[in-house]
Amino acid sequence: MKRLLLRLVLVLALPALLVVVWWLASDSSTDVFWPPLRTILRTFPDVWTADRLRDDVLPSIWRLTAGYALAAGAGVAVGTVIGSYRRVRAVCEPVLEFLRAVPPPVLIPVIMLFAGIGDTMKVTVIASGCVWPILLNTVEGVRAVDPVMLETARSYGITGQSRLRNLVLRSASPQIFAGLRQALSIGIILMVISEMFAASNGIGFTIVQFQRSFAVPDMWTGILVLGLLGFLLSVLFQLVERRVLAWYHGLRASARRSP
Amino acid sequence: MHALLGVSGLKKVYEGSGRRVEAVRDLTFTVEAGELVCLVGPSGCGKTTLLKCMGGLLTPTAGEVHLAGRKVSGPPPGMAFVFQEYGRSLFPWMRVADNVELPLKQKGLTKARRRELVTDALDSVDLAEAAGAYPWQLSGGMQQRVAIARALAYEPEVLLMDEPFAAVDAQTRADLEDLVRRLWRERGITILFVTHDIDEAVYLGERVIVLSASPTVVQEQLKVDLPDERDQLHTRVAPRFAELRTHVYEQIQAAKRGVVRDAAVTKSDTPPLH
Amino acid sequence: MRLQNAALGAAGLAAFLALGEAVPRLGLVKEEYFPPTSRIARAFADELSDGTFWTALGDTLTGWALGLAIAASAGIVIGVIVSVVPYLREATASTIEFLRPIPSVALIPLAVLLYGSELRSVLLLVVYASFWQVLIQTLYGVQDVDPVADETARSYGLGTWARIRHVLWPTALPYVMTGVRLAAAVALILAITGELVMGAPGLGARIAVAQNSQAVPEMYALIVVTGILGLLINVGARTVERRALAWHQSVRGEVAV
Repeated sequence: MKRLLLRLVLVLALPALLVVVWWLASDSSTDVFWPPLRTILRTFPDVWTADRLRDDVLPSIWRLTAGYALAAGAGVAVGTVIGSYRRVRAVCEPVLEFLRAVPPPVLIPVIMLFAGIGDTMKVTVIASGCVWPILLNTVEGVRAVDPVMLETARSYGITGQSRLRNLVLRSASPQIFAGLRQALSIGIILMVISEMFAASNGIGFTIVQFQRSFAVPDMWTGILVLGLLGFLLSVLFQLVERRVLAWYHGLRASARRSP
Repeated sequence: MHALLGVSGLKKVYEGSGRRVEAVRDLTFTVEAGELVCLVGPSGCGKTTLLKCMGGLLTPTAGEVHLAGRKVSGPPPGMAFVFQEYGRSLFPWMRVADNVELPLKQKGLTKARRRELVTDALDSVDLAEAAGAYPWQLSGGMQQRVAIARALAYEPEVLLMDEPFAAVDAQTRADLEDLVRRLWRERGITILFVTHDIDEAVYLGERVIVLSASPTVVQEQLKVDLPDERDQLHTRVAPRFAELRTHVYEQIQAAKRGVVRDAAVTKSDTPPLH
Repeated sequence: MRLQNAALGAAGLAAFLALGEAVPRLGLVKEEYFPPTSRIARAFADELSDGTFWTALGDTLTGWALGLAIAASAGIVIGVIVSVVPYLREATASTIEFLRPIPSVALIPLAVLLYGSELRSVLLLVVYASFWQVLIQTLYGVQDVDPVADETARSYGLGTWARIRHVLWPTALPYVMTGVRLAAAVALILAITGELVMGAPGLGARIAVAQNSQAVPEMYALIVVTGILGLLINVGARTVERRALAWHQSVRGEVAV
């Protein structure tokens, strides 16, 4: 009980302290760019109404989900193929290294040429940025499947679909998830940036509108919303990851106990 | 009558990056249905290579392997493999029962039949209560028993075991040896058991095949005329056991002297990377 | 084997370039949207002979290097302090978990208001984004210190500073290197993004100008430049990492963060 209490204090103390410091330090602020936290929080419910959530937040989340899902599907599929064949890997490696190194946001102008400024453009931008970490991590994971496990599967006649589903993808899943994790933060960045570039709704669009009209407290609430969204998605991701990779964390923990 | 398992003129040469390693030179032997045969040889004599050729995991350079009159040209459905590396042979993302069941799914058995086989196999290795655990939650000996259960559930004609107990402690090892003897007697399966441990070979086998050092040939075949009923306490101190193990030991020493005469050969038991 | 891989890789690259030439030539996509490789190559050569291009490249690299240096020093120092001071690790964990996933681009409007399209705007983004990479890896690294080694050092009477220097730092170094390598890549992305969106001088701003003036081949050429830059940074960082850790028994795998 006492330990639990101590933990709770440790978890909450610093965030509380930071909020208090922000509150006090900004309380009498007259600087237009650093409005008092009180003002920001008071503005929050006025700005982020149910209508706004429906018209701006939902479209953003929809674009992110669509682009991310496309990237995950394509990245895992292509990555599995490339990772399974040494020669294919050797052929693709330099090109992939180059494509991965291109900072994803610079693709926005190019994709705008093809896809205009609608949702297609945003989904494509998000997908084309997210796909690389997923793809390259899948290649690494598939390549590193344990040879003993592969021989086991062969000797027991586990081939084709079953081999892919029960062995290769499962064995690569820790790496695939590492890629998905990187891709998530890239996806959020691209969601915001592509909406800043050209859009008529979305979180990124809204924040830039506030900034352009010097509605500084409103802009601050937008930053808070983005922060909150990033945090929530990361929590959601961790929940899924813990479930899917429960075996992996257990395996690692047991390996650490008996080296 | 012809043998269930036949190896004739088997030869395996690894070629890679300019090096040429002759792991197995010329091996010929047979295993009758229902026999428990131990293959023993000095470490690095290509035992694993031989077993992988027999299991259809490696293609021999020359010679043939026959199972029930059919030539082996890929992993045959009538063979099950138990690997030395139990930790890397079981899938850590599957529970014990799922690990045992997976090969059966591939065979296309009905769900009821699969469940029956899994339960039966786990029962015979005394792991019924571990069905829902993950392999990494079990000790090394238990993991190897899961691997054995997986092989049993597969209902093979021949069980190939590649130094399965090399990585477990002595006490567990004795228990596992008795388990193999019991399963063999109860189920009447054919077992080919590879080991580098002379005592283990004599204790387990109905027949011991002694291999020479690499490049490998059959040094000697030896019938083990110990009683069927064996146990760790009495069998190992029986005078006949001592005679047999001394004999095998001498044969292995002779095989090793062969290594000294022919110093150019590699000592690696595992194939070179390629 | 290596030679064969290199040959296959070169073939892959050649096929990629040839495809880039053939697809627009065959009319599969419009040439004005997707210029053939040769046209991009010409624009690339034009850029290289243009003085303003080199200024832009210099600006981008300045923002990148400065931001990375600040982020790396801050990440390492704070990471070590947080791990060494008792209870600080536990006390900061929740805050770090909350702040880290906040997308750095959320700061763009604030940066624009505060600093306009100056280098400082870019620095704000770059430092925020790459700081976390270094901090997290440093924390992982310090956590990896063998308690037996630390106790041994303690039993021989080594003080806090000596223990940091001889036990903690050598253990954490491989992780720190990984963190800096990841941060270097992130810093480049954010530097160019900042220039692209906020108009701070650099390659990103040059891409925006090319886009607005419909200079499509130039735009592609500049994107290729950013890709090459990213590639050089990745390869360079990996080489430095490998050199510096040659003494280490195993250059570790990345920790999934």
